[in-house]
Amino acid sequence: MALIKAPGARADHLLISDMVDPNTRVLDVGCGDGALLRLLSVQRGVDARGIEISQAGVNDCVAKGLSVIQGDADTDLADYPDDVFDYVILSQTLQATRKPKVVLEHMLRIGRHAIVSFPNFGHWRIRTQLLLRGRMPVTGILSNPWYETQNIHFCTIRDFVELVETLGASMDRAVALDQFGTPLRFAAPWWVWNMFGEQAIFLLSRKS
Amino acid sequence: MDSGLLLSPFTIAYQTYGELNADRTNAVLICHALTGDQHVANIHPVTGKAGWWQTMVGPGRPIDTERYFVICSNVVGGCMGSTGPASTNPATGKPYGLDMPVVTIRDMVRAQALLIDHLGIDQLFCVAGGSMGGMQVLQWAASFPERVFAAMPIATSARHSSQNIAFHEVGRQAIMADPNWRGGRYLEEGVRPEKGLAVARMAAHITYMSDDSLHRKFGRKLQNRAAPTFSFEADFQIESYLRHQGSTFVERFDANSYLYVTRAMDYFDLAADYDGVLARAFKGASTRFCVASFTSDWLFPTVDSRAIVHALNAGGASVSFVEIATDKGHDAFLLDVPDLISTTGGFLDAAASARGLPQRKTPS
Repeated sequence: MALIKAPGARADHLLISDMVDPNTRVLDVGCGDGALLRLLSVQRGVDARGIEISQAGVNDCVAKGLSVIQGDADTDLADYPDDVFDYVILSQTLQATRKPKVVLEHMLRIGRHAIVSFPNFGHWRIRTQLLLRGRMPVTGILSNPWYETQNIHFCTIRDFVELVETLGASMDRAVALDQFGTPLRFAAPWWVWNMFGEQAIFLLSRKS
Repeated sequence: MDSGLLLSPFTIAYQTYGELNADRTNAVLICHALTGDQHVANIHPVTGKAGWWQTMVGPGRPIDTERYFVICSNVVGGCMGSTGPASTNPATGKPYGLDMPVVTIRDMVRAQALLIDHLGIDQLFCVAGGSMGGMQVLQWAASFPERVFAAMPIATSARHSSQNIAFHEVGRQAIMADPNWRGGRYLEEGVRPEKGLAVARMAAHITYMSDDSLHRKFGRKLQNRAAPTFSFEADFQIESYLRHQGSTFVERFDANSYLYVTRAMDYFDLAADYDGVLARAFKGASTRFCVASFTSDWLFPTVDSRAIVHALNAGGASVSFVEIATDKGHDAFLLDVPDLISTTGGFLDAAASARGLPQRKTPS
């Protein structure tokens, strides 16, 4: 099991890794310090590439031997040809893009599959902060105040599912994690996920 | 040659460091820049100075001569032993001068490929170089993709810009305006166009630095004097520095070689050989690339490196790209810049692992 082989790895990274078939070609958009790329290389033996907006992050990744370039999901995905990757991953980055729908369209064009993880703005703690305190929510994974956050396009799990339907993509797998990083019961209804999932991970495929 | 002319026979002067392994898979070819030569990691025989890339190449360095077999050859058209305009033309028994065919980057790479054949190496583990060396790296990857496992083009461009051609033309005109140039036949007449070549070097040297680095190093400081002399002596430290750069350069470089090698850079436009589409030069390449640029490099700015990265991506190649923050200008690729050292080390270690070469003993 993945958890045993990779001590210290983030729960969402392990779940993403679990969705990726071994020995495939993967592009991680917004790869940060390269932790997920490393995990995928080690666990799944994939040809892992990354794009990262911060130059410091890129330099760090390349010094670790990862194949990463500086780039912006909003502008640079357009430069990639069709079908060059098996998976294009957007981990905790969707809400920071200027045009999330366009980014998702590019992901499904460049890769056969897209894996997207994002913080769920429908989580009960976020709802209560807005409802009861009348304040923009600050939580563990949304830790910055509104005026300093990179996140400009929040959505709930329900919103995301609706966007996937609009894009005409198929949802192959979906997982919601609670605030402790534990997956919610698969059989739970959508409203439970939307209420108790702090973040969600979706494996999408192009319908063809 | 690209000019349609034949250069035969010709000589290639080269240095090697380290040992070729039994599988012949650990060879690294270093490509030198405009005024560089094959003495990448040993004391230079003319100047007595350290090798020009000793920060990068040597035992325990990122291009580790204890793990890799490192080769560096003097370019065709150069003046450190490879055939160039100062070499004897077998047809006349006199120096070639301007009778030497014009050399291109592709000609230089073709000659290097013959050297690699001669050394019995099918595939180079890595081809690396900065500036004009980076142009050769790109040409290698485009011309011989199956012979290049990994490539590091640093501070370079897939085409020489109009501004850079302009600077080169200033340098060439300075050489040709020197009365001692004698239409390029100065060697037969026992003179050398040292003043023209020194001016060419001075002008070029400015382009290798940045405004910030010049300011930091020299500012408006005066040279060994308390006040301006109200003359045209080298009052300012920067003037004295440039004059020194010019006068030492002429001791080790041939003026006609400067014409030829700058011309080779001017003619470089890799996309032009592929219907104007750079991505086609790298289509289907399995070479692993690491592209690096420097923030203060205005001679080969980051935008040039980005164009290479876009083309590599569009061709589906494996590519890393770092832009390194430094105020040292274009020359940064030759200097001890920690981010360049760590990038090169990380990239080569990962490539070595993929190639099945032994890992560094004590990874930093």
